[in-house]
Amino acid sequence: MARYSAPPVTTGTWVRRVLVVGYLFLLVVWPVALVVSTTFDNGLGNLSDAFSDPDVVYALQLTVYAAFWAVVINTVFGVGISLLLVRYEFPGRRTLSALIDLPLSVSPVVVGLAILLAYGGENGFFGPALTGIGLQVAYAPLGIILATAFVSLPLVIRELVPVLEEIGVEQEQAATSLGANAWQTFRRITLPSIKWALLYGVVLSLARSLGEFGAVKIVSGNVASQTQTATLVVEQKYQDFEQGTAYATSFLLALIAVAALVVVTILRPKEDHDGD
Amino acid sequence: MTSELVAPAAASTRSRRGRGSTLTRGSGLGLGIAVTWFSILVLIPLALVVVQAVGGGWSVFADTLTNSQTWDALVLTVVEALLVTAVNVVMGTVIAWVLVRDRFPGKRILEVVIDIPFALPTIVAGLVLLSLYGPDSPLGIDVSNTRAAVFLALLFVTLPFVVRTVEPVLIELDPEVEEAAASLGASRATTLRRVVLPALAPAITAGAALSFARGISEYGSLVLLSGNLPHRTEVASVRILTYIENDKPEQAAAVAVLLLVVALAAIVSLQLVSRWVARRG
Repeated sequence: MARYSAPPVTTGTWVRRVLVVGYLFLLVVWPVALVVSTTFDNGLGNLSDAFSDPDVVYALQLTVYAAFWAVVINTVFGVGISLLLVRYEFPGRRTLSALIDLPLSVSPVVVGLAILLAYGGENGFFGPALTGIGLQVAYAPLGIILATAFVSLPLVIRELVPVLEEIGVEQEQAATSLGANAWQTFRRITLPSIKWALLYGVVLSLARSLGEFGAVKIVSGNVASQTQTATLVVEQKYQDFEQGTAYATSFLLALIAVAALVVVTILRPKEDHDGD
Repeated sequence: MTSELVAPAAASTRSRRGRGSTLTRGSGLGLGIAVTWFSILVLIPLALVVVQAVGGGWSVFADTLTNSQTWDALVLTVVEALLVTAVNVVMGTVIAWVLVRDRFPGKRILEVVIDIPFALPTIVAGLVLLSLYGPDSPLGIDVSNTRAAVFLALLFVTLPFVVRTVEPVLIELDPEVEEAAASLGASRATTLRRVVLPALAPAITAGAALSFARGISEYGSLVLLSGNLPHRTEVASVRILTYIENDKPEQAAAVAVLLLVVALAAIVSLQLVSRWVARRG
């Protein structure tokens, strides 16, 4: 768009600018700013209250733990399946690539229901068998990891597939013909060219994983200091009239989300120059 | 969005390699592991939801639908999601237009602002809105525990969808075509209606479908804001949750499947509208 001369600034231009900026200010900017200012309305009091509350500290640790494993699982799975989808041809490939997006269009509440129906300790499809070998999924950290991995599953794949298609196979074939094995080809040729997309996907998955609420609420049982994650603590503290702690925890979660967004925005211009 | 990105590649890969499988022993094993994991995590649990709903037979669907609380929740969910989608179609397109065609200081900040609703955890989104439109509102507007709160929460979480689908199409759309139309004597309104809108229609439709699907399945942002009052502000997701908590998985699954059917119906009808608009151009 930078190629064209700037369009003339008319009354319409100003009407649209004011409309858009006003709308976004009232819907997003002002409310988000208020959460920040409410968090700090008594200095660092709210944050130190939150950090001295063992339930909050436990919830933050559990959230980071679950998000870490969900991201590790999704990264390994995502890289593998992206390579398979782009580099190989096999029956059912199109179906698989369509199904991969499914978790994004399922309500978090339905995700929770689905995992309970499959892994619930007593009534779940696999529940009794897993309990038999001593694995508890529902109402335990394992269930939280599964729910989190479910909702953030497509994010890495969505970033990798277009980049893998873009870079083509010539370099990889050259490496193979020079005697490199599959792992060497991946590490020396493929990985360097997808690293930004991979990082982008990982950051998005991490943000999504840290913030999951609905699915985790159903699967975890929401017991303070046992299966309560950070987003669940926000709900509980708000409803218990510990608003300062709720705002402080929200602020931390929002800070991580916005930081992730800024990282992604900085990385993005490497892929598409929109002439801005 | 990914499915569109994947589709052209599927064609090119096919022409390059021919039909059938190109899997080696190693990659075949990898595919086996990947598909197994995907089935364990996603496909089998989701299939069990459908099995649970269908297994109860029609009577469970009928019972669930004739429960007035559930029916009211479904109607509210669909109506609010439709209203929000309508606002998004207009505002999302205008926002995308300003982001692509206009230039002013601070525009890049707006780009980040658009994505904030995607990045924020939903429970935090609810709290964020409550701070400006709740009991302590500096504006004196308190919508908490009303239907307006549901509308507001859905508007917030669905903000990026239409903007982000229309933006790339608008970038590709050559302003010279519009200039040509104008030079041939077409008025601004005619150019918009006959040139710009038909080109944008598929993208607007795709964004609207995503926005509607997200709207009917929303849960987290409503928890603190809407109060979940039965018959008033309770949405379908909350009904599903209540059924789960009361140990009624059949009913929970029935509502979940109904929502899925509504989402599919919406996507199909939006496609039809999109084609109609594109053909009129």
